[in-house]
Amino acid sequence: MGDFIPDLSTVVALTDGTLRGATPLLLACLAGLYSERSGVFDIGLEGKILIAAFAGAAVGITTGSAVVAVAAAIGASTLFALIHGLACITFRGNQIVSGVAINFLALGLAAVAGNAIFHMGGRTPQLPASARLNGGDSWFTPMLEGMGRYGEAVNEIAFDQSVFVYIAFAAVPFTWWVLYRTRFGMRLRAVGENPAAVDTAGISVTALRFKAVMCAGVLCGLSGATLSMALNSGYINNMSAGRGFIALAALIFAKWRPVQAMFACLLFAFLSASESRLQGTEVLGFEIPVQLVQAMPYLLVVILLAGFIGQARAPKAGGVPYVKER
Amino acid sequence: MKKTLVGAAVASLIAASGAFADDIMPAVVYDLGGKFDQSFNQAAYTGAERFLEETGIEYRDFEIQNDAQREQALRRFAQQGHNPIIAIGFSHGAAVDKVAAEFPDTDFAIVDMVVEQPNVRSIVFKEQEGSYLAGVAAAMASESQAVGFVGGMDIPLIRKFECGFLGGARSVNPDIEFIGNMTGTDGSAWNNPTRGDELARSQFARGVDVVYHAAGGTGVGVLQAAADEGLLGIGVDSNQNGMHPGSILTSMLKRVDNAVFDSFTDAMNGEFSYGFDVNGLAEEGVGLALDENNEELMTGEILAAVDLARQQIVSGEVSVHDYTADGACPY
Repeated sequence: MGDFIPDLSTVVALTDGTLRGATPLLLACLAGLYSERSGVFDIGLEGKILIAAFAGAAVGITTGSAVVAVAAAIGASTLFALIHGLACITFRGNQIVSGVAINFLALGLAAVAGNAIFHMGGRTPQLPASARLNGGDSWFTPMLEGMGRYGEAVNEIAFDQSVFVYIAFAAVPFTWWVLYRTRFGMRLRAVGENPAAVDTAGISVTALRFKAVMCAGVLCGLSGATLSMALNSGYINNMSAGRGFIALAALIFAKWRPVQAMFACLLFAFLSASESRLQGTEVLGFEIPVQLVQAMPYLLVVILLAGFIGQARAPKAGGVPYVKER
Repeated sequence: MKKTLVGAAVASLIAASGAFADDIMPAVVYDLGGKFDQSFNQAAYTGAERFLEETGIEYRDFEIQNDAQREQALRRFAQQGHNPIIAIGFSHGAAVDKVAAEFPDTDFAIVDMVVEQPNVRSIVFKEQEGSYLAGVAAAMASESQAVGFVGGMDIPLIRKFECGFLGGARSVNPDIEFIGNMTGTDGSAWNNPTRGDELARSQFARGVDVVYHAAGGTGVGVLQAAADEGLLGIGVDSNQNGMHPGSILTSMLKRVDNAVFDSFTDAMNGEFSYGFDVNGLAEEGVGLALDENNEELMTGEILAAVDLARQQIVSGEVSVHDYTADGACPY
């Protein structure tokens, strides 16, 4: 394992793994972006991903339809987003507490409902092939594969992905456009910085924030569906394994900007994908310990945040419930 | 659960009346991952259910959600008069040690760990022997002559699986390529199927075509990746052949079900013994799963090689190295 110059197949596998791994992160990260840019902190990304993953798997198994399953995932996650909105926007509760509650609620509810329906201790059986969205050959696959190994590589990386990968990466320019080129985006940014000014202009802060929270719900729904319907086949307890929190870290890393968020998620996913290759390899006669390899992403975040990225400033009104008048 | 409660209450009434002095109140405490993990814990559940079916004696069980509950669960069962109490998983070691000392008249058993108390039966398995057979089968089935292993948490027990598997594979072809990965270093490594899928794919990209997992819920992703790529996976602990028929070469069975069943039965017959209970190939505590799902994959050639290896191990001709003995793998 001494070769440090990667060959084509290594590059393909690594790129492939990075794109796959970045997808759920990126969707969740953009979800957080909408919510937090409007001034509503969202610790509950993890919970929304989980409940969406569960709903997608459960409905996919029962109906056998991928479309219905994705709709269910988005629906479940949006419902949780609305609960968060109700608690933090309408009733002006503490956003962190509400988010933590969402996480616990999702974890517990998915396990209980899963056990009640499938009797497998909270996990679901496997999805039927018809309800999975894990990519595959398209009409031009044979053409690309006919173009030799580079054609195959292009096919593998660019055209053999699940539909969620395309949605996630298309959502980045879309979010940028919404945020910086539409009226809604301008108001969204304003309401996260200075809701009183938005209110004075005659725009409802509550309605704007609810819209933002629902955007977050939809994106988290897609993130959860990616986990249970594309990367895996079915739900397993706590299968998000902290991705919601890594997405939050990426969001801070990116200073709440969409394009930078994409690069942050790609970086995390790349480190995670290369981690499996670094494991057990020898450098200068020493075997790299698993622990070090796994700590790498976090070490890198600390180093980059401390030294290179500079201060990450959250939206000014983030975490503060808006009170119209005393 | 209510039914079990009532059952336990009835059982205790009957026991108190002395009508059936032999009736026992067994209890099981599962490890993180839960009793339906289609793997290690589920094997214990299967054994307990078989006991219930055959004897009609109800048992209580508990699925812990965090480490703090280990001791609580064991102590509560002991206080309620349950006997014997079986703890599933090495992580219960410290808790069993403590609670067993507090309740010297209660019989305890622990799977995968040695606890030196006079009232504890320590049930351990020679996973290296079963994994060795899995390695033989994998090496015989591999077309690329490259096999892989995905472990859950990086602990000596899981290294033991890996080392035995490597030993078996190298016994068939000393030059066979081998890639081993561990999922992580904390409890979440047992429940991260997405990561398992990714690790398996990274191995496939490097030429591996048979992958063996010892990773609990994470392994579900490993086997899924193998099925998606049209390659072969090897299951562990319980018979996982049916999860992806045609894509799972075999499963390394660890008969935790027999261990639970036997412990309950021994207690019922008043023959509960203490100390070591070692289960290897000779005791049929480990082995490979053969059923209608993998009979086409396990060709006569593979079966013959596996059988030969089994005989060699049972007769002592081949001794499979135990990683936990010295923390090293010589293969």
